Amino acid sequence: MANYSTSEFRSGMKVMLDGDPCSILENEFVKPGKGQAFNRVKLRNLKTGRQWERTFKSGETLESADVMDRVMEYLYTDSEFWYFMEPDTYEQYQADAAAVGDAHLWLKENERCDVTLYNDTPLSVAPPNFVELEIVETDPGLKGDTATGGTKPAKLVTGAVVKVPLFISTGEVIRVDTRTGEYQNRASKS
Amino acid sequence: MHWQPAASLAIIRQRAELLSRLRRFFSDRGVLEVETPLLCSNGITDPSIEPFTVPCGEALTQPRFLQTSPEYAMKRLLAAHGEPIFQIARAFRDGEAGSRHNPEFSLLEWYRPGFDHHQLMDEVGQLLNDCLGARAVETFSYRQLFLQRLQVDPFTASSAELERIARRHIDPGSMVGDRDMWLELLMSHLLEPQLGDGTLSFVYDYPASQAALARVVSAGDVSVGQRFELYVDGVELANGYCELTDATQQRQRFERDNAVRCERGQLERPIDGYLLAAMDHGLPSCSGVALGIDRLLMLMTGAPCIQDVLAFDWQRS
Repeated sequence: MANYSTSEFRSGMKVMLDGDPCSILENEFVKPGKGQAFNRVKLRNLKTGRQWERTFKSGETLESADVMDRVMEYLYTDSEFWYFMEPDTYEQYQADAAAVGDAHLWLKENERCDVTLYNDTPLSVAPPNFVELEIVETDPGLKGDTATGGTKPAKLVTGAVVKVPLFISTGEVIRVDTRTGEYQNRASKS
Repeated sequence: MHWQPAASLAIIRQRAELLSRLRRFFSDRGVLEVETPLLCSNGITDPSIEPFTVPCGEALTQPRFLQTSPEYAMKRLLAAHGEPIFQIARAFRDGEAGSRHNPEFSLLEWYRPGFDHHQLMDEVGQLLNDCLGARAVETFSYRQLFLQRLQVDPFTASSAELERIARRHIDPGSMVGDRDMWLELLMSHLLEPQLGDGTLSFVYDYPASQAALARVVSAGDVSVGQRFELYVDGVELANGYCELTDATQQRQRFERDNAVRCERGQLERPIDGYLLAAMDHGLPSCSGVALGIDRLLMLMTGAPCIQDVLAFDWQRS
């Protein structure tokens, strides 16, 4: 594996740090006119999701991590594992609950999502920013009530619960922002 | 191809105005503008500064170095004529690139025979009030600053104690270093970002081990280097000295620098014999300071990155 020196650190680069794969978010060169130069590096631990800042002496090196971001198709889950397929090669990968994390709330079969592989095993899964999902359970819709701005909880086919306007009913398909878990609008029924 | 400039025309104009303003400031005070060579026979021994080397050329019998500051040549002028002088010069430092560093940058450097570092700090304050508008001036000795802000005495605390304080606030991993490295880490990470908030903050009288080219004097129980730094809005803007004038001590510092370079596996640098000969002849008692023009322009324009104030930054040059 290649080694990267602090001056080569770039946002998005994947490196090994204290035994874990990490992604570099920011790299700031700090040097007094006289004295030691440092690099303040903002990182995300790709296993735990923790973000923090580590300071290095300029010129220190880190080993690159065998981490790759792939677009894959979500297939199904057997509750223990979630299965994904690389669309070009049809190669399948199984991801455990730790790797899938909260993304399982937004995974829709046959939809594309971003899977991060570490040593060829899924490390994390990111759903698309917007998904369209069917409502399986919510209080009966109030016809014509589009003005009051009230909301009610609605359970989606994936198990996620989101707040929706009062006029939405069970069986409808809605568009959700997966980054915030917020209802966006009604989608045409699939 | 990014052939276009990095800086806007408005900022290019502000740079031109700043340069005239600086020249006017010094000509009003009878300080003479000088120029000295950029391509020098001797590099710099400072272990934390790397010059660019020009390895060969028709006119070169040996490699030369692009200057990292005009300090040595200006001191030779001082030794020869004893006049107050200033220079607006390009300086070059290898490996220094970031949002506040460009490997090629503009320095304003000036020398005042007969001034001590406090008199020169006053003059730096006047110049900056001229450029940035009126700001209150704060001064702290290096010792006061550490005592006030971190409750530690930077002159007497052990390396382990400084490391403990650093690790409470910063994650330096498995970093190892001496006392000065921990002090520099605390200064650059914890103190500097808070200095000069709407003010001009001068820090003066550094530990002797960080004196660089400043005179070292004893102050009570400790030795201090009569050096100062200016911080404005969390940015290090200028570094000055009440200059060391003793050639023998100067030679010892150069030799110590080279010893440190050897320890760290860096190349030894030739010692500037011209400077030592000039100091042997006699450097007048004086103070001098270098100020980053690009950073001053960042502060004047509110630009967040040094690239925004350079017509063509390193990536485009």
